[in-house]
Amino acid sequence: MALAKPALFAALRPDADSLLARSLAGILKSPKATIAAFVCIALILTALFGPALAPQDPYDLSTLDILDSKLPPGSESMTGSVYWFGTDVQGRDMLSAMIYGLRTSLLVGVLAGLVALLVGTVLGLSAAYFGGRIDSLIMRLVDLMLGFPTLLVALMLLAILGQGVGKVIFALVLVQWAMFARAVRAAALVEKGKDYIEAARMLGLSRPRMLFGHLLPNCLSPLIVIGTLQVANAISAEATLSFLGIGLPITQPSLGLLIANGYQVLLSGQYWISVYPGLLLLILVFSINIVGDRLREVLNPRLAER
Amino acid sequence: MTVFVIRRLMQSILVLAATAVIVFIGVYAIGDPAEMLIAPDATAAERAQVEASLGLDKPLPVQFLAFLGNALHGDLGRSFVFNQPSISLILERLPATLELALVAILIALVLGIPLGLIAGLKPRSVTDETIMTGSILGFSLPNFWQGMMLVMIFSVWLGWLPSSGRGPTGHIFGIETSFASWEGIRHLILPAINLALFKLALVIRLTRTGVRETMPLDFVKFARAKGLTERRVVLVHVLKTIMIPLVTVIGMEIGSLIAFGVVTETIFAWPGIGKLLIDSIMRLDRPVVVAYLLVVVSLFILLNFAVDVLYSILDPRIRLGRN
Repeated sequence: MALAKPALFAALRPDADSLLARSLAGILKSPKATIAAFVCIALILTALFGPALAPQDPYDLSTLDILDSKLPPGSESMTGSVYWFGTDVQGRDMLSAMIYGLRTSLLVGVLAGLVALLVGTVLGLSAAYFGGRIDSLIMRLVDLMLGFPTLLVALMLLAILGQGVGKVIFALVLVQWAMFARAVRAAALVEKGKDYIEAARMLGLSRPRMLFGHLLPNCLSPLIVIGTLQVANAISAEATLSFLGIGLPITQPSLGLLIANGYQVLLSGQYWISVYPGLLLLILVFSINIVGDRLREVLNPRLAER
Repeated sequence: MTVFVIRRLMQSILVLAATAVIVFIGVYAIGDPAEMLIAPDATAAERAQVEASLGLDKPLPVQFLAFLGNALHGDLGRSFVFNQPSISLILERLPATLELALVAILIALVLGIPLGLIAGLKPRSVTDETIMTGSILGFSLPNFWQGMMLVMIFSVWLGWLPSSGRGPTGHIFGIETSFASWEGIRHLILPAINLALFKLALVIRLTRTGVRETMPLDFVKFARAKGLTERRVVLVHVLKTIMIPLVTVIGMEIGSLIAFGVVTETIFAWPGIGKLLIDSIMRLDRPVVVAYLLVVVSLFILLNFAVDVLYSILDPRIRLGRN
């Protein structure tokens, strides 16, 4: 029996390991997606090693000089170093501020996306597996959430809750889990009827093991696609909320908050304070979306056939 | 049909009730309602009086019923800042928001459907790739930043269009609108484009997918076999089929336009309900925030309901499928 198990699964289970290989091959086949993927990786690395890369710690007030405020891009500082992207109202090096902002934006976006993925997956799998009342209850909730625009729900929540990193992530998770739950449920319903699940059931595997060890790995492809796109959405939504002044607090400036700060001086001609963080945000969201869009084409069998 | 409408109506009422509960819990149970609903500069006597009139000493279910009763009478509290009923503040500003949303959706449709058709008819061509990359760009452009760039380019650098406020309004058929004068239209252009771009990307995508799904179907082949020109096949028969999902999504998107209107209205200082919301959050004018939430959610539920009914008229399969 112990010997038969792996062999049985190998025969019955669809090849889940090739998912990563297929995604990678799909991305590499499209030059557009390859470039976008490289940009994403570069930005993630920049964010990870931000403090080492940034010329200045933008939130260490002792390094700021008010005489350096609102310098255009390329000007020299009092100490001789060059501000490639200019400085903001307080004389902060924009490049450094952008690197730190990128860190915050990515952190909030990725964290919100991951938690939403986790919550949505568990609920979606449960709905598909248990069916009946649990299914209809969860799906009612999903319909309710998807019926409202993301931004509206997040706005409502933050209007009630107030600012804060945790609160923003909470709001983003709450508006995003439903997408994951619906996709996982749809995939799991298809997989549930297949032979390998029947085999797993006959072998008497425990419920969690069957759900997460066998059902889940075969529902991964929609999760990867939606996960990618939702991270981009979360980053964008956080920036919007911060711009409106109800997202992150001023002590943890994301790209959205940097743009908002620059907006006040945009009309008097100091365009760089909001234009460059905005461009960075655009490049970030755009590349993630291109990669996600490509993954959707590769991993969605219905689209691939056409 | 009647059964469907009634069932759908029941659902809508349920959702509205759920929202009322959530807003109530948010304001009364999680937060401190006294702090939320009494002006920060109120005296102790005023505070005690308001607390008594709100019945904050009573148990929560009783408070909820009172809140619901007031809401049903259209009483959602008075604004601290304007000292007016908050509901009338919102209704005053609603037309400006709706006008902006409708113009934006019109721009999205007029440009988006042809672009989506062109892309969908020649999938994988250079034109298709360009249009679709453009549409991803449209999705990725943060709405608020794109608005700021519009201001920077067209107002600050080129000086062609005004950057803020609603221009003079006039009355056409008794409706207050910016279309009455050239100056009003000029004020409308930038905010409308700002709000439209995201929806434009969406309409392009939907139309393209629709075209690609519809073109291989039998009725298209039949229409061609009948000897209809390709032009007529696409513009009459295919387009008609695509309109069904498009109508649904557009209906839902009007609701989301009202939400995104918050961003556009903030950037362009457009005097609609979105700007009122943000101003009220900043000034801690909570009765207005509560009123905004309830009004917008009601509006949204109403729209969803209308779209569903319209959809079931356009496509009988929906009605039958649910029975």
